[in-house]
Amino acid sequence: MHIIVPIKQVPQSSDVKMDPVTGTMIRSGRSSTLNPLDLYALEAAFRLTEAHGGSVTVVTMGPDSAANILKEALSMGAERAIHLTDRPFGGSDTYATSYVLSRAIEKIGSYDLVITGERATDGDTAQVGPGIAAWLDLGLVTYVSSIEEATSTHLVAERLVEEGYQRVQVALPALLTVVKEIAIPRLPTLKGKKRAMASTIERWDAEAIEADRSRIGLKGSPTRVVKIETPKVARSCTIYHADGDEATLAAVDHLIDLLEEQQLLKEVHHG
Amino acid sequence: MAEVWTIAETHNGSLKEVSFELLARGRALADELEVPLASVVLASHTREGELERLAAYGADIIYVAEDERFASFTVHSHAAVLLPLVRDHGPQIILAAATTTGRTLLPYLAVKLGCGLTADCTSLAIEEGTGNLLQIRPAIGGNIMATIKSPDHRPQMATSRPRSTPLGNMDTTRRATVIRVDPPSLSTDPVEVLGVRPFRDQQTSIEDARTVVSGGKGLKKRENFTLIEQLATALGGEVGASRDAVDRGWATYPHQVGLSGKTISPELYIAIGISGAIQHLAGIKTAKRIVVINNDDEANILDIADVAIIGDLFAIIPVLLRRLNERRKTQ
Repeated sequence: MHIIVPIKQVPQSSDVKMDPVTGTMIRSGRSSTLNPLDLYALEAAFRLTEAHGGSVTVVTMGPDSAANILKEALSMGAERAIHLTDRPFGGSDTYATSYVLSRAIEKIGSYDLVITGERATDGDTAQVGPGIAAWLDLGLVTYVSSIEEATSTHLVAERLVEEGYQRVQVALPALLTVVKEIAIPRLPTLKGKKRAMASTIERWDAEAIEADRSRIGLKGSPTRVVKIETPKVARSCTIYHADGDEATLAAVDHLIDLLEEQQLLKEVHHG
Repeated sequence: MAEVWTIAETHNGSLKEVSFELLARGRALADELEVPLASVVLASHTREGELERLAAYGADIIYVAEDERFASFTVHSHAAVLLPLVRDHGPQIILAAATTTGRTLLPYLAVKLGCGLTADCTSLAIEEGTGNLLQIRPAIGGNIMATIKSPDHRPQMATSRPRSTPLGNMDTTRRATVIRVDPPSLSTDPVEVLGVRPFRDQQTSIEDARTVVSGGKGLKKRENFTLIEQLATALGGEVGASRDAVDRGWATYPHQVGLSGKTISPELYIAIGISGAIQHLAGIKTAKRIVVINNDDEANILDIADVAIIGDLFAIIPVLLRRLNERRKTQ
């Protein structure tokens, strides 16, 4: 089983700068890390290949520094790493990004599965996984929380949805996006780190993946960020101190009155 | 007069509330543009009176495709109906809910249609002069609000965060044109739905709940987490949990609130023993009311709270449960 896992470099903290002109994120110079939700995609892929044989290929689109997350994936057990990096890729929205990744996956060639994280913690769109499936006409199963069965032709999985867990069977090749519940991610091993140091990361540019120039980068992106604002939190907090029995009772009654006033207790009748 | 469309969601033949929230958003946009508002319904069947409710909440046109295959969502069965429908009618805007369904379907359609999409919007407006859709969404953990548009591509597509807008006024005298759509035969759907296993320990998902009571590290141990469960029951709400609480095994992942869990906008959010890491705050910034019970009066979470009781939660919650119970008995 050959599994391709697209991964993303995200800012370390939730505090990032935005370019006021283009409205895109300024990434350089800030500490970056592997998108934490991609760890679950990697773990799901490793477990499948450990159980059924095969290998995991990781791919990312990003600046030079993104090579670090590929190294990290190699040290956890990925066999091959591909870095899509080229100036014209810059400014890509989810449409253009999913196009670039789908071109790379096409070039990688034969595979059984593409697994992505549920979303990246910076952009928070969850659009690139489904977008890749659309470009490649793959069966798409999102929000996968467990994989019950995998054969060379199909896979049975559960999706975490609003009503509970939807059980599905999907024909391979397919694209899955997975949620945190799927498995506990492993840590890189020392042996893995040594292997990663010795591995080479393949660098592909727009030409290497035969990308249509009109579909990549800012130019190829249908969406434009036109304004960025920092919302001021206008909440002012009323504080009650519950020191001792009397004060606790008074605080609780204040709270109940307030909730009642704002009609937030109406469901109590059914409770 | 290119239409504004909303994609309704159904469950067992009934429309989900978010379908009407989308109509409230869509109605405002359609009025501004002076174009018809349409709602698209893909369902195994629709209960008597359901389509009339869409009209009452603002739909001028209702496209309905009924087929057994829509009993459960697969992106492929939905896209097979929607792609030709969009190409035939050319709507200028398509709105869907930012649910597991909408956030799967729309990015798939956007690529197939070659157009832009903005995820999880909390506000939508029409730009003066151009008529472009302004799509406003929280980004970077809710620390910024980004306004996004897609000036050169149609349809303009967005998913709207559930509970981010109130329902519009219902007018039962309103009528809509119902257009039946024959679902094209789909030779093979790569995805086959085998069934649904309901949650064992919750009535509904925390995204759908009006009230969510969450517990964190301050609960100290698993046994104490039952306090959260009891309070959620007393308030008719669902149980949420911080990442710490989930990682400790006090609650399961479907309950996790925050950046690596769920982003929710309940009417009432009660955070108990949660200090408020940025990742947690990112998940609750659009809650209508936030109540905090915590022993630290300098906890981060107070920055976004409306009301806080500072003290020992193990003393406060039993009193709160008792008073809620007494109140219910007197009513």
